[in-house]
Amino acid sequence: MKKFTVESGLVMPLDRANVDTDFIIPKQFLKSIKRSGFGVNLFDEHRYLDKGEPDTDNRSRPLNPDFVLNQARYQGASILLARDNFGCGSSREHAPWALDDYGFRVILAPSYADIFFNNCFKNGILPIVLPRQTIDELFAAVVANEGYTLEVDLDQQMLCRPNASDIAFEVDSFRKHCLLNGLDDIGITLEDSELITAFESRWREKAPWYFTQSRIGAAENTEASGE
Amino acid sequence: MSGKTLYDKIWDSHLVKEREDGTSLIYIDRHLIHEVTSPQAFEGLRIAGRQPWRASANFATPDHNIPTTSEERKRGLEGIKDPVSKIQVSTLDNNCSEFNIFELKMNDFRQGIVHVVGPEQGATLPGMTIVCGDSHTSTHGALGALAHGIGTSEVEHVLATQCLMQKKMKNMLIRVDGELPTGVTAKDIVLAIIGKIGTAGGTGYTIEFGGEAIRSLSIEGRMTICNMAIEAGARAGLIAVDEVTLTYIKGRPFAPKGALWSKAAQAWKELVSDEDAHFDSVVELRAADIEPQVTWGTSPEMVSPVTGTIPTLENEADATKRGNIEQALRYMGLSGGTAIEDIQLDCVFIGSCTNSRIEDLREAAKVVVGKRVAANIEMALVVPGSGLVKQQAENEGLDKIFIEAGLEWREPGCSMCLAMNADQLGEGKHCASTSNRNFEGRQGFGGRTHLVSPAMAAAAAIHGHFVDVRKLA
Repeated sequence: MKKFTVESGLVMPLDRANVDTDFIIPKQFLKSIKRSGFGVNLFDEHRYLDKGEPDTDNRSRPLNPDFVLNQARYQGASILLARDNFGCGSSREHAPWALDDYGFRVILAPSYADIFFNNCFKNGILPIVLPRQTIDELFAAVVANEGYTLEVDLDQQMLCRPNASDIAFEVDSFRKHCLLNGLDDIGITLEDSELITAFESRWREKAPWYFTQSRIGAAENTEASGE
Repeated sequence: MSGKTLYDKIWDSHLVKEREDGTSLIYIDRHLIHEVTSPQAFEGLRIAGRQPWRASANFATPDHNIPTTSEERKRGLEGIKDPVSKIQVSTLDNNCSEFNIFELKMNDFRQGIVHVVGPEQGATLPGMTIVCGDSHTSTHGALGALAHGIGTSEVEHVLATQCLMQKKMKNMLIRVDGELPTGVTAKDIVLAIIGKIGTAGGTGYTIEFGGEAIRSLSIEGRMTICNMAIEAGARAGLIAVDEVTLTYIKGRPFAPKGALWSKAAQAWKELVSDEDAHFDSVVELRAADIEPQVTWGTSPEMVSPVTGTIPTLENEADATKRGNIEQALRYMGLSGGTAIEDIQLDCVFIGSCTNSRIEDLREAAKVVVGKRVAANIEMALVVPGSGLVKQQAENEGLDKIFIEAGLEWREPGCSMCLAMNADQLGEGKHCASTSNRNFEGRQGFGGRTHLVSPAMAAAAAIHGHFVDVRKLA
């Protein structure tokens, strides 16, 4: 995973509550078996006027001029300012993949859906929770000032505003550590392999019914499906 | 010191390690896999040269992409017209075979929606921790398991380590007291709950559902409730184990047998919250107050009793909420003040991991038997949740009832719940759907979804608009 230390960038406001992951990346793009290339279809149903399909040339599609992502003043934005319950709905990690691929590294919102919030950290995106009033202030500032930028310092847990006081934010210490150092969760967990093995053998002893072999079923499967 | 909740008990029994900031390593008993959220995880394993930690803990089946017409299905993988979908389904087959993972393939007679098939096969057991790269994994909580959706990075993490890194959620109890009125179903209960607490009401919590109305539900009804816990913002919903749970599980293929069964059943009886357990939040509903529900907007919390009307903007004081309602009504092509029963429909979808089990199909069949689908209904699909549900329904003659009434009887899969396959709702069309999400574009580009129970969807198919099923009895 790529490191996150300081991000200084243009802010794009998405003034809408309950933005769900279907909104962020519609289902037809989930058919890809890759992790990359989702950025051109970020917010697809709102960004373009026609219906998007995988493997089409998005450059020739009609853009929706009213959608914020298409407005000239927000081109190159890397900080997404959002409303309550951002990322609700499906667990698709394609949502953070699309945000990341487009170039967003930070999200600011009053609240997030749990699975999406978690998925962001696995992809080097920093979702920050801020009080509703602060979010309202930021929306007003972004709309009023073209080219409005913020600096996000993860180590200091500080959001620096132009012409206004800095805002401190919270982040779990372990997640912060992983982001700052670009650490891979699996690698960290496997350092505890012995603990896991020990737990597993105790658990197998205590609750053997969870360890019945599904291999038997697999043999039946081969016969049943005739493949 | 107060007692433990059911969630506390399952969490504690699976805790491998806890860091100072509360980030914990939790052991995962069962990992369910489908074709959409797993390819990148398997690819990650390959790149890192890793093997699954415990291959036998995994259980896979394709469901999201697969066609539901019998013409396509009988031709196997080759029958999948969409080449991108075909690659995704065959990639799952290849990954499961490479990593030695149990899979019910597309044309196995037991295949189906992973959240229908897991419990049906007994792969879901009380007290388990269960994860899947799918938010509706909360369904399995109906059997007293701790089950929730995860992202693809976590799918890879679980494959590689049999553990998940997470922090403990808070405890919420939602109690539905009293007896459920006739014509009101599990779907109506859960929609009413979401209407009350909102789509973010359960964020940060694991919800335990309790109370007489919940206890009196069958396991299938309980699955409908837990399935939509995620629509209330909670990753996991669960229901305490009782005799109904044990009766449901006994004898299923993956369930323990003989002496092991007796021991397991004994242990599972402990899977209830202690009387003095502490819940961080308690929500109470009276079953008697719940009516059949219909969503009118683009979020499951935009819901009304069938006897109600669509809210008007003037009556909403909160500016943000007013904006949301305005946006939703514009998308839905509806106006405030319209009676729910006056919403005209174009399509009906009976299926999904919320409502595609045998009892759901029976409920729907009871409403349409001997009747005909209304002239304005262009498409009415009945998509059973699994091959076994389909078989059972056909044994009971339900397929004939649906077909004679003018509904289409399909092969199992996720189908038009999320429309990743060819089953899609047309632009601007209104659909009475037994699924779980009414988001913009969810069932098809520009499609307009109304979430309802199977009986309500069936009644809507016959009348061409919503009607109160209680009046049909």
